[in-house]
Amino acid sequence: MAIFIDNDTRLVVQGITGRDGSFHTGQMMEYGTQVVAGVTPGKGGQTFEGPGGAKVPIFNTMDQAVAETGANSSVIYVPPAFAADAIFEAADSGVTFVVAITEGVPVLDMARAHAFARDRGVRVLGPNCPGLISPGKCKVGILPAQIVAEGPIGLVSRSGTLTYEAVFQLTNVGLGQTTCVGIGGDPLIGTNFIDCLTAFEADPDTTAVVMIGEIGGTDEQEAAAFVHSHMSKPVVGFIAGQTAPPGRRMGHAGAIISGSAGTAAEKVKAFEDNGIAVAQRPVDIVGLIQDALA
Amino acid sequence: MPASSTESDYRMNIHEYQAKECFRAAGIPVPPGDVARTADEAEAIARKFGGMTVVKAQVHSGGRGKAGGVKLAKTPEEAREHASRILGMEIKGLTVDKVLVTTAEDIASEAYVGVLVDRKTQAPTFMVSSEGGVDIEQVAATNPDAIRKLTVDPRYGLLPHQALWLANALYDDPGIIKQAAKIIGQLYVAFVNSGASMAEINPLIVTKAGEVKAIDAKMSIDDSELFRRKEVAAMRDTSDEPAAETKARDAGLSFVKLDGDVGCCVNGAGLAMATMDLVKYYGGEPANFLDIGGSSNPDKVVAALEIITSDPSVKSILFNIFGGITRCDDVANGIVTATQRIDIEVPVVIRLTGTNEELGVQILEKAGFSAYTSMDEVVEKAVQLAKA
Repeated sequence: MAIFIDNDTRLVVQGITGRDGSFHTGQMMEYGTQVVAGVTPGKGGQTFEGPGGAKVPIFNTMDQAVAETGANSSVIYVPPAFAADAIFEAADSGVTFVVAITEGVPVLDMARAHAFARDRGVRVLGPNCPGLISPGKCKVGILPAQIVAEGPIGLVSRSGTLTYEAVFQLTNVGLGQTTCVGIGGDPLIGTNFIDCLTAFEADPDTTAVVMIGEIGGTDEQEAAAFVHSHMSKPVVGFIAGQTAPPGRRMGHAGAIISGSAGTAAEKVKAFEDNGIAVAQRPVDIVGLIQDALA
Repeated sequence: MPASSTESDYRMNIHEYQAKECFRAAGIPVPPGDVARTADEAEAIARKFGGMTVVKAQVHSGGRGKAGGVKLAKTPEEAREHASRILGMEIKGLTVDKVLVTTAEDIASEAYVGVLVDRKTQAPTFMVSSEGGVDIEQVAATNPDAIRKLTVDPRYGLLPHQALWLANALYDDPGIIKQAAKIIGQLYVAFVNSGASMAEINPLIVTKAGEVKAIDAKMSIDDSELFRRKEVAAMRDTSDEPAAETKARDAGLSFVKLDGDVGCCVNGAGLAMATMDLVKYYGGEPANFLDIGGSSNPDKVVAALEIITSDPSVKSILFNIFGGITRCDDVANGIVTATQRIDIEVPVVIRLTGTNEELGVQILEKAGFSAYTSMDEVVEKAVQLAKA
């Protein structure tokens, strides 16, 4: 099993004809993801050609794409100015899971889009996230497929390349993954740590979870309390940003220490207080997971 | 929710006088004021307004009053004297190069009104308090009951009865409540129309004549809004930020200057932070945060290297690249091209791993660089070199 995406995922790519959208559609198809449709307004009726000549129909609207193909998920590669509209449209189309890769979406747009999706029971992952991959089954987003392997570890992270670093090290020692989820570095995200932890706890194939956080906000602290009260499976953590100065945005819009809140030290303490072993370096994650499974 | 008054965030901070322009555009009553860059200008502005004025330092920092950057002037001559002292003054490391000269008000009471995007509720959230003129974080810590909070549904905006409910927490007099509710509604309009992530009036005053006015204004703009708000983007003042940070932003790089000597160039924000942390772990100090993003464009790598090498305290430079979608051979070519275009006098160590790693390593070795594949090894080496 896996969380959020698997062999039953039928994916629509919103913005399939753009530079990023078309490149990553090819990558996802190569991995075996069932890409059943693409949407680009004004290009309905055209066809996207994937690896090996596989053809994907393009529609003008999400509504048509879902009606014609029975899609249940979508991924968004459209520019920031149109990303919130793409989420509104997806949430109204009948898909139940929307992955927003786009970086730089205005926060007030996302406040409206998240509220809209929540009301319709639609799960949004992101924005400003690398997506997710369930090794051997399905990949949605931009995570590099060659660094993952099938296995029992669940991984959830606010970061992109730091996630790759951790996954790569797990894979190198033979610890494969059920699903690796990048929840995104923005201040307002649709799927948070607790959502992923809940899903990993319920997933029979996941035996341990790696949670990678960073400075800014209090999501990690709340997730730590959740682990203590709701999880039977071991969780290993890492927090990036020990050396980050307060009041400065560290790349990710959400990675900022506000006043004295959101520091790495505070998050590490919350992890430790709630029984989560914390890796000092990314390379130490592997040892802690091995200990947890021993 | 995070308290608003100390946040500088993922946001572009604008000056008080600029925030007041946004407030005026939304209809909020703000006492008249003009910006002066010299003492002469300050005197002329004070003379134009007549009566008592306040001379206020315009820097991106709180605590201006405590630092002596806000002074009351009885005459234009006195405004001039204050301006000449405040201009050039340093407040929290920032040099004051302009002052706002504004009319002084006859204050009967002071309140606080602020709105920001709250991460937890994922919505704009108002905070109001009858304890105005002080740091709201302090009020939150010492007297949380004095703060009334309201979450706005961003799809409907602030509703009239909600604005009244907030104003009711501040005043008893129905006429004053009505004025304040109107201002609170206008503040929400200014907040949305400017693409702000935080806007506050502190203090909101009632004059002895019973008028409600905003006499201080603070606003931060969501960086992601700037592409569609050119007039707000034009308010960016780079005069008090390090030149390297301005250059980085122009080059599309995310950069923060730090105090150490190991220059860091990394793809991805999380990995960049983890790399800085590892520098510290191995006994070094990072000179910067720098995320070159997913691009392997040589121009970006050149800009990154120029920015890092322009810092004289940098003793070694470390690249940490995890090729995912970004290919290592592309990045290697970018680094080689960049080092041909600019002179680098400090040692450079490079870690490349992931997609097309072997090709990338070959390219680098051919150009005379040694490439590492482990993050720990390369960081340890960079720290050693910085100490050598």
